[in-house]
Amino acid sequence: MTKIVVAVKYVPDATGDRTFDPADNTVDRENVDGLLSELDEYAVEQALQVVEAGDGEVTVLTVGPADAADAVRKALQMGADAGVHVEDDAIAGSDAIATSLVLAKAIEKLEYDLVFFGMASTDGGMGVVPTLVAERLGLPAVTYASEISVDGDVVKIRRDGDAATQQIEATGKLVVSVTDQTGEARYPSFKGIMAAKKKPVDEWSLADLGIDAAEVGLDNASSKVDSTTARPPRTAGEIVTDEGDGGIKLVEFLASKKFV
Amino acid sequence: MSEVLVLIDAAAGKVTKPSLELLTIARRIGEPSAVVFGEADTAVLAEYGAAKIYSYADSVYDEFLVAPKAEALAALVAEKSPVAVLAPSSAEGKEIAARVALKSGAGLITDAVDVAVDGGTITTTQSVFAGNFTVAAQVTKGAPVIAVKPNAAAPEAAPAAGAVEAVSFDVTDAAKQVKIVASEPRVSTGRPELTEAAIVVSGGRGTGGDFSEVEALADVLGAAVGASRAAVDSGWKPHTFQVGQTGKVVSPQLYVANGISGAIQHRAGMQTSKTIVAVNKDEEAPIFELVDFGVVGDLKTVLPQATEEITKRKG
Repeated sequence: MTKIVVAVKYVPDATGDRTFDPADNTVDRENVDGLLSELDEYAVEQALQVVEAGDGEVTVLTVGPADAADAVRKALQMGADAGVHVEDDAIAGSDAIATSLVLAKAIEKLEYDLVFFGMASTDGGMGVVPTLVAERLGLPAVTYASEISVDGDVVKIRRDGDAATQQIEATGKLVVSVTDQTGEARYPSFKGIMAAKKKPVDEWSLADLGIDAAEVGLDNASSKVDSTTARPPRTAGEIVTDEGDGGIKLVEFLASKKFV
Repeated sequence: MSEVLVLIDAAAGKVTKPSLELLTIARRIGEPSAVVFGEADTAVLAEYGAAKIYSYADSVYDEFLVAPKAEALAALVAEKSPVAVLAPSSAEGKEIAARVALKSGAGLITDAVDVAVDGGTITTTQSVFAGNFTVAAQVTKGAPVIAVKPNAAAPEAAPAAGAVEAVSFDVTDAAKQVKIVASEPRVSTGRPELTEAAIVVSGGRGTGGDFSEVEALADVLGAAVGASRAAVDSGWKPHTFQVGQTGKVVSPQLYVANGISGAIQHRAGMQTSKTIVAVNKDEEAPIFELVDFGVVGDLKTVLPQATEEITKRKG
């Protein structure tokens, strides 16, 4: 029986016109549709595969505003068994360090053997939350897993590190972040969509987790954004059609920029 | 003078270029002290400004993942009270930075593309939302822990003492829970590192799986070779070559995209490149919206012609 908590994030659609709230430089979550971060779908998929290959339960956990319930629902439709949504106005604007506190406290409240994350969010994209949560839980983290299997109580992971590909073996509780190299994530089936409606979703506040509002939120963050600036659009470049001399023209351009 | 701890990355003793960039950036803040796990060329560290070099030689740092290094570095931070800690914004560097920040009660910034000191305040610049926004930020609690991306500064020599101090540290059992049972170093391609290269030449679906024309052009330009997700998913190149949101994010002086349509996944990994050039058969390909110069044509004929022309010009 392997109990897996998958932490997921509700993010603004990366194909939308993402921007910042000019009032406080936080990510604008109003004007762009949100969804379950694509990179977290791989984590849900891997958790489902581990459970399907043996025996266990998958609980999906998110921290976010009311709309973040959509991310939990999508994971339930894919096949997760239960959901937890931590929602509290005081959490808005939290940095990665505060977010990791909320996640860690929520995970401690759940029964689990493994905690899965996507490799990074598609909005903030720091990729440090899995490690921060592990640090808070006093657990090892195996990040950037590209293959995961559970054999009895041994978890075997292949990870593509900066300079080497490593085989890792671990026993005991563990935090894992998974990459898109683990394989395609499934689409919810009609049956899955119907079944998700009956699955339990717990809603927790900071008080439920014993967290003081002064430990989280924009005002208590340990870093702050001073300004956000949209990158000026790239000025239209010169496009030529190859008429037998495309390569020469390419080199002439490179030479004009002193690359050749 | 205020001490700045700089986490050094070295491959088989050779200090990486991003590490020299970190030492250069650290001098804007204070006096750099290099922190080295394993072997590193101390003469080079001294040449680039390391006043001190804290050296951790224990094999424990190789046998496990980042936890022992993070414990040791956090203990050093507690002992030395530096004004800042800089780390490479690599997968490992970011993980160590994150754990050190949490252990020291300090704020954390990753993926910085620049670091400046303005009236005693350390400010950083990051590129976010697939490079569509630039963000200026600062740490507001504790000594800032900042992970800095490659190419954030040009390495400048500034010879310093480079006094080596061997440090022994007792890593707790908690940091030794996950063992690396096998490790296969990435085979060197003989080309520059993708994230560090001044020029990157990439291939996508349009190569049809044959990267020979892309590689030949890369070699005459002294460039690194990259690949789109489509090319990696097709098994044509390993994931380590992937440029994009889930691969490497690069920001070279010149990026040459060949047979790559320019999906958001890919743009997220390259659109902050200084000059962008594309070759694609499809004149409607979105990559052409980004380019400074584009050729609508078959890379199988355009690239060999370009490679030959460059070779000729080099004489």
